[in-house]
Amino acid sequence: MSHSNRLHGGLNLGQAHAETHRQAETMVFGFWIFLMSDLVLFAVILATYADASVHGLADGPGPAELFELRNPFIETLLLLASSVTFGMAALHLKYQDDRRGLVLWMLATGALGLVFVAMEGWDFYSLVVHDDAPPQRSGFLSVFFLLVGMHGLHVIAATVWMLVLLIQIGRFGLMPDVKLRILRLSIFWHMLDVVWVAIFTFVYLSGVAR
Amino acid sequence: MNDEMTYWLLGRLDWQALPFLRAWNHPALSELIAAAAGGLVVLGALAVAVLLTVYRGWGPLWRDWLTSLDHKKIGIMYIVIAGIMLARAVVEAALIRLQQALAVNDAGIVTAEHFGELFSTHGTIMIFFMAMPFLTGVINYVMPLQIGARDMSFPWMNAISLMLTAAGAGLVMISLVVGKFSTGGWTGYPPYTGIEFSPGVGVDYWIWAVTLSSLGSTLTGINFATTLYKNRAPGMELFRLPLFCWTALCTSILMIFAMVPLTVATLMLALDRYAGFHFFTAGSGGNMMNYANLFWLFGHPEVYILILPAFGIYSEVIATFSGKTLYGYRSLVYATMVIAVLSFTVWLHHFFTMGQGANLNAVFGVATMAIGVPTGVKVYDWLLTMYRGRIRLTTGMLFSVAFLVTFVIGGLTGVILANPPVDFAVHNSLFLVAHFHNMLIPGLLFGMIAGVQFWFPKAFGFRLDERWGKAAFWCWFGGFYLAFMPLYALGLMGAMRRSSQWFEPQYVPYLLTALAGAALILAGLACLFIQLWVSVRNRDRLAAPLGDPWDGRGLEWSVSSPPPEYNFAMLPQVRSHDDFWEAKQDGRAYREPKRYEDIEMPRNSATAPLIGLAAAAFGFAITWQIWWLVALSFTGIWVIVIVRSFQQDIARVIPAREVAAKERAWLAEVESARPVDRFAETTRQNRGLAEVSP
Repeated sequence: MSHSNRLHGGLNLGQAHAETHRQAETMVFGFWIFLMSDLVLFAVILATYADASVHGLADGPGPAELFELRNPFIETLLLLASSVTFGMAALHLKYQDDRRGLVLWMLATGALGLVFVAMEGWDFYSLVVHDDAPPQRSGFLSVFFLLVGMHGLHVIAATVWMLVLLIQIGRFGLMPDVKLRILRLSIFWHMLDVVWVAIFTFVYLSGVAR
Repeated sequence: MNDEMTYWLLGRLDWQALPFLRAWNHPALSELIAAAAGGLVVLGALAVAVLLTVYRGWGPLWRDWLTSLDHKKIGIMYIVIAGIMLARAVVEAALIRLQQALAVNDAGIVTAEHFGELFSTHGTIMIFFMAMPFLTGVINYVMPLQIGARDMSFPWMNAISLMLTAAGAGLVMISLVVGKFSTGGWTGYPPYTGIEFSPGVGVDYWIWAVTLSSLGSTLTGINFATTLYKNRAPGMELFRLPLFCWTALCTSILMIFAMVPLTVATLMLALDRYAGFHFFTAGSGGNMMNYANLFWLFGHPEVYILILPAFGIYSEVIATFSGKTLYGYRSLVYATMVIAVLSFTVWLHHFFTMGQGANLNAVFGVATMAIGVPTGVKVYDWLLTMYRGRIRLTTGMLFSVAFLVTFVIGGLTGVILANPPVDFAVHNSLFLVAHFHNMLIPGLLFGMIAGVQFWFPKAFGFRLDERWGKAAFWCWFGGFYLAFMPLYALGLMGAMRRSSQWFEPQYVPYLLTALAGAALILAGLACLFIQLWVSVRNRDRLAAPLGDPWDGRGLEWSVSSPPPEYNFAMLPQVRSHDDFWEAKQDGRAYREPKRYEDIEMPRNSATAPLIGLAAAAFGFAITWQIWWLVALSFTGIWVIVIVRSFQQDIARVIPAREVAAKERAWLAEVESARPVDRFAETTRQNRGLAEVSP
């Protein structure tokens, strides 16, 4: 393998020597593998959802009765926008070495994530309180809460991670380790977006269409 | 203190959780056995603590072992866990055989519930806390040495994996002293394991022990795969990897994809039990068949996670002790890959009887039989490796040959079971129990034992005693056939697994034979521990510090025994498969590096054992519903992770001077040593320098 294609495309580690680049490559590769196993998690729960949303209704309400598209659609827009803002942050990280821009775009991303989680929390609340549809009501609702809640937990974890990184930017500046962590968080964030697109499609859109 | 206060502080814990008290109140034989087992755990822990204090071992244990990020030490610690758990689970197996042999038209020695605990812990331990740590330990130790790396890609994560596994194993041990374990078998099928039918803490112990270990294994898989893809020495192309590394790669890929469904299944079961969800309940839209699917989506690849590394070990052992290069290397690589892929397509054969229709069963039956093909390729490759080789029947080689014969028999009964109509007849009978023990004892345990015999001198600088090793072999080999061949017959006679009592007198001779086999296996286990004891005492006579006691072929033999912390003074430049073997032929071996450089190694870290401790506390607390401790330990884990990410000074530099001194001392020793003929390798002359053979 030639030297150049071992460098990671998303990152400029500056004057760091070859060994740093090699370590960066290993680090990011390992993270991609982690994402694969994380995707298996969502795939398995989605498959269970496919079964439970048809056969697991018991006497409770089904997707068509419970879901409406307005909130999930706004949530989708929020998450997609947050991917764009994180993309802007990544550009600042790679090309401008501009700490202020980077931090501002990351803050915007985190804020969008928090609004997303808050809206999702509101959705859960109204399902439980207004629609009398808590996860204990039927197999379908159990899996629904698990699937969407698992994604929500991932977003919360990513937001905490972002907070830690903001502190580290302040404390250490943009040293290679911190840059690599930001890069990995951004890949993680985009993956959560992809997972949400799957959830929006297979849970909400096809739930309403049924 | 009122009840509410007690629950807040201690959850469901009360005095009745202690088996000693239960035995005092109801001194029946079953309770006395439980109390004795609990007492053994307490005494064992106390004895270790006393010995550590007397010999001032706490400091070294903490500094040199628990906090170490060295892959070699982590590997050894994994194997220590596996050894302890193996001892417990073999004793349980002997109790199971004793109960079944005595319980024909009789109550036997333990109650039905206690019997349920016995087979549940036996299975859970053997899979998650014996087999998994054992193979993870061997891969951890050997793989970086074989690929010419100085450590894993993620040494800190490696330590965390170890500590999570240790935490899970600790939970299973604690369940002997506090409370009771699950009676739901190692598979934990709901609805039986649901809150309605199993309200106690047993299933919760099972859930959290398995969850911790499966999280550890997922991280391990990521670590192994990254190391194998990214950390190979210059020139170590994929098709120059020793076969053991290929099997490690396939195993780690299986871990990455297959451990997650298990984690999902156990967490869903936990939500059912703790929060009243309906994933697998009998009513309210729950579907227990989903559990079977999720569990075996993990469970079947798991079988190959267990068996493939043993295949790798056999490939190394057979090639080395036949003095030949591995026959059909490429076909073995492809066969390993094919097995890894096919392992994801057969999970349904674990529940042919669940009612999914004949056509679906047929597809999975055919896929199951197809796995026999690449496995057959491997058997022929191993046979042809031995053909016309100059074979030395050391202990490791004996286990390998026994594997070849025994595994083929087990494979044949597997092909029989792959037939759905046949499976309907013997499903859940002792025929099945005989079959999977016939796969896993030769296909995993014999391999791991062979691996220990083979690589022990590498890890500790002295060989293991051959006489006790061979005694162990004959006990295990004979014990296996005596213990499990009768179970095939019993299964065909209609004996169902997990039965604590029988009413068929014609079972008796078979059950007694199996009991004798269990006794022999117990003797085999004892021989292994005696072998270790005797070898440590005779370590001067068995010393082979120069590094190559078996006329080895891979890079791991090209360094001293035990290897220095950094493994290689200079990263090797690999030119071919069996590189060290060819280096010895060409006179390239044992050359001093042209120059030395400073080597950066990870500094020890207390964070990994602290995370393990917090994880164990979490598992215990959530089992007993001590909610304040659940919150504290869970937060603690993540606080430790975050604190670690702020640490800057995580590497330690070993100066070139130090490396050079060590390397030169070793090379001088090699220079002055007398090489040993490979047929004299089990004699005292063997100091670890092999005569170059023509």
